[in-house]
Amino acid sequence: MAKIAALKGGETLQNCYGCGKCVPVCPVDLVGEYGPRKIHRRVQTGLDLFKADELWMCTTCANCLRVCPKQVNMVEVMPAVREAAVAAGDIPEELQLVMEKTFRYGNALGENPRRRHAWTKNAGVPVRVLTNEPDPVDVLFYVEDYWSYHPRGQQAAQAFSRLMTRAGVDFAILGAEEKTIGDSQRLAGEKGLFEALMDDVVQVLGKYEFNRIVTPDPHGFNALVKEYPKYGHSYEVLHYTQLLAPLVDRLSLTKRVDARVTFHDPCYLGRHNGEYDAPRTLIQAIPGVELVEMGRCKGNSYCCGGGGGGMWLDGFNANHLSERLSERRVREAAETGAEILAVCCPYEVSRFEDAAKSTGNESLKVMDIAELLDLAIG
Amino acid sequence: MKIVVAMRQLADLVEELETNADGTDIDRDFVKFVSNEWDEAALEEALCQKDDGGAEVTVVALDEPDVDQTLYTALAKGADRAVKLTGHDPEAWIRTGNRAAILAAWLEANPFDLVLTGVQAADDLDGQLAGVLGERLGVRHAAVVVGLHPTADSVQVEQELGGGTLAVSTLQLPAVVGVQAARQAPRYASITRIRQAQQSQPLDEVEVSIDAEPVAVTVRRMFPPERRGGAEMLTGSASEVAEKIAELIKTKGLARG
Repeated sequence: MAKIAALKGGETLQNCYGCGKCVPVCPVDLVGEYGPRKIHRRVQTGLDLFKADELWMCTTCANCLRVCPKQVNMVEVMPAVREAAVAAGDIPEELQLVMEKTFRYGNALGENPRRRHAWTKNAGVPVRVLTNEPDPVDVLFYVEDYWSYHPRGQQAAQAFSRLMTRAGVDFAILGAEEKTIGDSQRLAGEKGLFEALMDDVVQVLGKYEFNRIVTPDPHGFNALVKEYPKYGHSYEVLHYTQLLAPLVDRLSLTKRVDARVTFHDPCYLGRHNGEYDAPRTLIQAIPGVELVEMGRCKGNSYCCGGGGGGMWLDGFNANHLSERLSERRVREAAETGAEILAVCCPYEVSRFEDAAKSTGNESLKVMDIAELLDLAIG
Repeated sequence: MKIVVAMRQLADLVEELETNADGTDIDRDFVKFVSNEWDEAALEEALCQKDDGGAEVTVVALDEPDVDQTLYTALAKGADRAVKLTGHDPEAWIRTGNRAAILAAWLEANPFDLVLTGVQAADDLDGQLAGVLGERLGVRHAAVVVGLHPTADSVQVEQELGGGTLAVSTLQLPAVVGVQAARQAPRYASITRIRQAQQSQPLDEVEVSIDAEPVAVTVRRMFPPERRGGAEMLTGSASEVAEKIAELIKTKGLARG
């Protein structure tokens, strides 16, 4: 405990007085044995958290912090302990590969950096790449990894480009010069990698003139809003739903999408950054859509399991959990009777689509809000 | 024990490789370079030896694209010293004979007990470096090594021979060994440590000049494999497809009896 408390960020674990409010709201405990109180007790009774598998299971979703009367902040404790473990070379192999790929290629998927904007070809609208056309621009669209490279993410990036064009937004991307912000890598214990990426990101951003950054990734959004200013880098940053919500009238959503839709709040947009309304405004603007909420929503939303490095620890966590968090969440979505599960975080489409299949809920369609809006454009 | 690990760079296959205008080499202008994974195994084994009993590990590499990254990563993992050899064209293809000559020139001036290097590299699959280097230095050498047990003046090596056979031999030190596999997967160097190494542990740059060997073999043409034929897709119902598969197994001699 003393070793943890001595770390910058690790101070608050010892504040726990065992009230246990955190355990029932911990998404990991619902499918396993977890929660800050349990971790605290086990550390007291001799668990070496620096070497334990439990170190990697927290998704930093922050639902425990929401209810904790002592402000035990696992969003800081876990990354601090992970950082020490990683420095000592203790890191799950699947996560190690992601860190190495991120460092080498600037994206977590280990894809070719020069193919970052390959998705623009099929966008159906021109997408300006600043490297080639460096004139000042209003909106810098920071595409991030999964919208750049994952096939389902690319479809969302294309839909979002069509929406911005429809709304008359002047936008451009960085193309091959873009690197991931790497916030999940930071929370998974690689602060050094995050800082190395930040050096590159800030240098590239400094080359161009833009008014604001818009990103689909709540993780990158979180870092730009909360972490970058700590290093003296401040930008006006919006999540893409925040850009579109005030412009919804300009989209002329005239096609009906007759469907019952439920919505999953991304932890890093909702709980971490307090944005619950923009995604809902957009969903409800689509004619024909009936929005139904899941039992766990908004501040108490469940976690897809992808945050804090969980995106890259599926195999590792499979040894400890009765099912994936995404599977649990998809079953909650199906219970609402919804036909579509709407999401607005690039991690989620692949996680929930896989989970829909593995839980026998293939009929539940998983769609990014950008794709839903795109369907409704007249 | 002084262990020297010889590492090298090669084209990263994340890029789609293209040949140059002459069609005699890959186009090196648009390629990322990474360290050879067998050299990573050699480094890992050297670091394990250091963990076991206090070897001193020096990493040496010829100047090649992105080689600094490889050397700093080795330092971050625990190597004691990193040396970059210059004096050649870093952008060009370096044949094994010349690579061995450059390494030998440096090694002759820098005493060692054991040189470890990857058994081969994924680009040329030449697999000759350990042998050629050993001959040049006039010391014992072995390749395809999967186990390494040093004593005071010798090293016992396990070599993987064909057909699943292992050979165990003892080499008097000094020796050069081509490593097929380390005892464990390469360790992780956190990016924080790599950055610290970049700031605090300078690379030794040493210029080496050699008399390049006369070129006996030149590349006439380099090209991607030409497509020949394709897969035959079996169509029909499941039982029809099963019947066709059974027929193929019988007629192609895939089943016994």
